[in-house]
Amino acid sequence: MALPRLDAQALMGAALLAPAALDRLMPMHLQIAADGHVVHVGPTLGQVSPVPLEGLGFKALMGVLQPRGIQDLAGLRAADGGQVRFRLATEPEIPMKGLCVPTHDGGALLNLSFGYAVTSAVEHFHLTCGDFACTDLTIEMLFLIEAKSAAQEEQRKLNMRLQGDKQRAEAEALSDGLTGLANRRAFDAALMRCIENGAPFAVMQIDLDFFKAVNDTLGHAAGDAVLAKVAAVLKKETRASDLVARVGGDEFSILFVRFVDVGSLLDVAGRMIAHIEEPLPFGKQACEISASIGIAVAQGAHSDTAADLVHKADTALYASKFAGRRQATIYSQGLEEEVARNAADLPLPRQ
Amino acid sequence: MSHNSYIAVGDIMHGLVNRSIECFVRDTYGQMAWEDVARCAGLEPATFESMLHYDDRLTHAVLEAISQRLNKPREAVLEDVGTYLVTHSNTKAIRRLLRFSGDSFGDFLASLDDLPERVKLAVPDLEFPRLELEERGNGQFCLWVRGAHAEFIWVICGAMRALADDYGALVLMEGHDPVGGTDGFIELHLAALSFAEGNAFSLGAGGAN
Repeated sequence: MALPRLDAQALMGAALLAPAALDRLMPMHLQIAADGHVVHVGPTLGQVSPVPLEGLGFKALMGVLQPRGIQDLAGLRAADGGQVRFRLATEPEIPMKGLCVPTHDGGALLNLSFGYAVTSAVEHFHLTCGDFACTDLTIEMLFLIEAKSAAQEEQRKLNMRLQGDKQRAEAEALSDGLTGLANRRAFDAALMRCIENGAPFAVMQIDLDFFKAVNDTLGHAAGDAVLAKVAAVLKKETRASDLVARVGGDEFSILFVRFVDVGSLLDVAGRMIAHIEEPLPFGKQACEISASIGIAVAQGAHSDTAADLVHKADTALYASKFAGRRQATIYSQGLEEEVARNAADLPLPRQ
Repeated sequence: MSHNSYIAVGDIMHGLVNRSIECFVRDTYGQMAWEDVARCAGLEPATFESMLHYDDRLTHAVLEAISQRLNKPREAVLEDVGTYLVTHSNTKAIRRLLRFSGDSFGDFLASLDDLPERVKLAVPDLEFPRLELEERGNGQFCLWVRGAHAEFIWVICGAMRALADDYGALVLMEGHDPVGGTDGFIELHLAALSFAEGNAFSLGAGGAN
């Protein structure tokens, strides 16, 4: 049996599909007749346009952005299958893109999409799932954008909580991260305990000399190495029952519990300074620093507050600095006046 | 921060599930109720992180504690969690993501088979059961819930009830736990697709709905 001869024109032309079928496949398409006027508009496209597009001519319909130079139907037909980017004259806020194919009746069929403007377009036009063909991945993409944003928000909150935990942990910590010594917080607490229980003890304040020069010339890594070495020296020259703390950048404090013999304390301080002065090799260079030390003694049943004792030890430390650094001084009554006299003559050493 | 409850491998529950249960208790019964539950279940610290994984025994302990405190069977608690996820203002992202399924509850039912894939797009490491909708005619459906964590069936049941309301459909549902070698399933009777005025939904994320 001979097959009926199919008319190529009818097969390939849009006439093969009823307009309603085209609408379902491509709810955002429009058909332009040979005379350049719009003859049919898909339902979603019709919905987003504030005025009917049917009957509009090319110029009234769109301004083409890319490829440049397309000004009429002939230009559109020549784009044949390529991407055309344009703005509809009736909705100039939303850039669109489309795929254009020439039709056999001399017109063109243009299937449109919002491209990257899709998120603002669905919001602007209040589009729903039913406005897109189910083969169009717009809905899936909107879903994905929203899902990922929600997940990202959760992640952001987790990061903030972890950050808060970290800061809290650091604030509550009692040790100095760099040297492993106690920190100021731990020192202050231990000093309070010493005062409360009334046993004799000594406070030693140690300030490094020439440390800033090491940091400035050899860098922070050298500075950190020096601090670690000083920490090791201080640990070695003290007993396990003493508390050694790093209380500032290059400032250390030590509590000697039940150890108040002035001569012995000065011996310990002297040994510390001697060890601290031993050059520390760093690369091809050597870090050379020293230390000034001030000591205050509390002889049991204290009338001094923590602040008084720290002030006395600091005063003794200044006395060491004014006397030329690299030495230790024990606080004694009247030392404040001597330091004050020196301070009037000389610039106060760095604190 | 103690993470004795956190484990890397084995029988794990996604933090998002645990976090959902926690938020359900806090938002519905208050912070004190949640703290009681966490104490009973031995959860320390007393909160779940949604982006971490936990031993699933912990989830079971928490569910048991809620069930005792509320004097409700576990299935009912889980259904309430499902309803909470779709209806509460603190979890409106979930309701929105579910409404992407289509414009009607019928569209939503038809898309249920794809739900695990969609969940995977949103949260790649969340183990979600496979769903298969079987249409039995006359508005009768059977939704099979296969694999991972049988408890999900009750959460899905609660969420679907709430979602039917959200779409304005009238649906009767009955869940069935997995028995022996049979998977759990939910029987649905779709009595009316548009029974009441549903809640609005707009695709744009900036929209309030």
